[in-house]
Amino acid sequence: MPEKVLMKGNEALGEAAIRAGCVHFFGYPITPQTEVPEYLVKRLPEVGGTFVQAESEVAAINMVFGAAGVGVKCMTSSSSPGISLMAEGLSYIAACELPCVVINIMRAGPGLGGILPAQSDYFQATRGHGHGDYQLIVLAPSSVQEAVDLMGLAFELAEKYRNPAMVIADGMIGQMMEPVFFREEGRGQPLQENNWALTGCEGRPPRVVNSLFLDAAKLHEHNVHLKEKYDTIAANERRWEIYPDEEEADLLVVSFGTMARICQSAINNLREEGLRISLFRPITVNPFPFPELRQALDRLAPGAPALVVEMSMGQMIYDVKLAAEGTRSIDFLGKAGGLIPSPEEVSERIRTLLKG
Amino acid sequence: MKNMNVIMAGFGGQGMLSAGKILAHAAMKERLEVSWLPSYGPEMRGGTANVTVCVSQEAIASPVVTHPHGLIAMNLPSLEKFESKVSPGGLIILNATFIPRKSTRQDCQVIRVDTVDLARKAGSERAANLVVLGVLTGFFGGIPQASLEWAIEAAFTGKRQRWATANVAAFRSGYDVGFNATQPVPA
Repeated sequence: MPEKVLMKGNEALGEAAIRAGCVHFFGYPITPQTEVPEYLVKRLPEVGGTFVQAESEVAAINMVFGAAGVGVKCMTSSSSPGISLMAEGLSYIAACELPCVVINIMRAGPGLGGILPAQSDYFQATRGHGHGDYQLIVLAPSSVQEAVDLMGLAFELAEKYRNPAMVIADGMIGQMMEPVFFREEGRGQPLQENNWALTGCEGRPPRVVNSLFLDAAKLHEHNVHLKEKYDTIAANERRWEIYPDEEEADLLVVSFGTMARICQSAINNLREEGLRISLFRPITVNPFPFPELRQALDRLAPGAPALVVEMSMGQMIYDVKLAAEGTRSIDFLGKAGGLIPSPEEVSERIRTLLKG
Repeated sequence: MKNMNVIMAGFGGQGMLSAGKILAHAAMKERLEVSWLPSYGPEMRGGTANVTVCVSQEAIASPVVTHPHGLIAMNLPSLEKFESKVSPGGLIILNATFIPRKSTRQDCQVIRVDTVDLARKAGSERAANLVVLGVLTGFFGGIPQASLEWAIEAAFTGKRQRWATANVAAFRSGYDVGFNATQPVPA
């Protein structure tokens, strides 16, 4: 097994991108993700890559659009307000079916908000976030190691489905140091040969990257095609984790990212007292693991509730309710502004719910 | 030691984040699970900067700790912020150089240490953060002294290498204080 190194989440994400074969980065600094570009500006020249500090996030995502169009693995990273500025560009990239990866190290909002960690961009990430009928593939790591592993997966899925993939992590994962190992050595592989990249048309018919369809029927057809792709992704790419096992429980906690680990501490303490509490943690938040969450809810004791815990005012809870289809009572615990529900607060809410 | 969760807090510049990184690095060398979570709010300059370090034989669930086993308070604001949070029976290391009062906690082991004095004697006043790291790890045990010293040397490379010896010496002077403090306190 490769040697573990102690790394900040943001730096590990940068290194993971290189190991995944991405050596083209375009971005603009913003707390708490600035260590991603800070790391890559040093590393990319060493591996023959490109680092561009754009004049804004709007420019950065359009540079990604261009780089993706010519068929190179490319990425950007930002934090919440910066990601908002990228909405238009991402809609274009999704419409043109180009692969790229975007990291969002989420901070508290809305507006300029604050720089402390949050999970309040769940809606933005999982509901397309720009205009038009499109979706992103969205992965939500809960540790620095998982952030590294999911970067590799993000590039793989982006290429496989020709769709932008996003890694969303709260500010803690960006700032935290944990031991990590990289499965891949050195610089990873570039994109495979394909029939869409604009590489110069000498000796072959020209290719077109375009999102303008003035003919309604053709645009409808394009939307149907995209929808079929999203359905395929939803059928094949759901990832989740159930802790500690798939036994019957008296309460199911649903949480993602760092918040899920905090819930896990609470659950560990309560299980030591003999309480039967389980945790369901979506790893892909789009596609959301609806069938698996439903199965976990159905495994609960009759009448037992679920508790959704988020570092927001409640966003993923809507997906949990969609999964439950009214079969369970779904309670919510959340904090915003950079405050984080503590293991003790989670335990206390669970105890209250168990008392009914 | 099955697991140890500590909060290390001081003014920005007192070296708590660096000392925490050395602790995490040493624990990782011992193949223990570790997490190092800094406060990164707008409070960095002038106010308190703190880091939460978890060391465990098992996978670490929450990197956020409300009630740490150990607290290092390098200044008064840090003591006031975290003193009441330390879990009963835990350890409070109090930097006597800058904190004029005693701890109000009767149910914790409290070690007052004149960090700057010990650091100066070790060869560098700026190594006060390594003094308290020594006290902490000497008290809790579980991570061999050699691994901690390896991590200190790893933190002082290049131009900073000339400070390694003084920092190791400062760490050792603190380690002795922590190690000897584990004896039961006379009633």
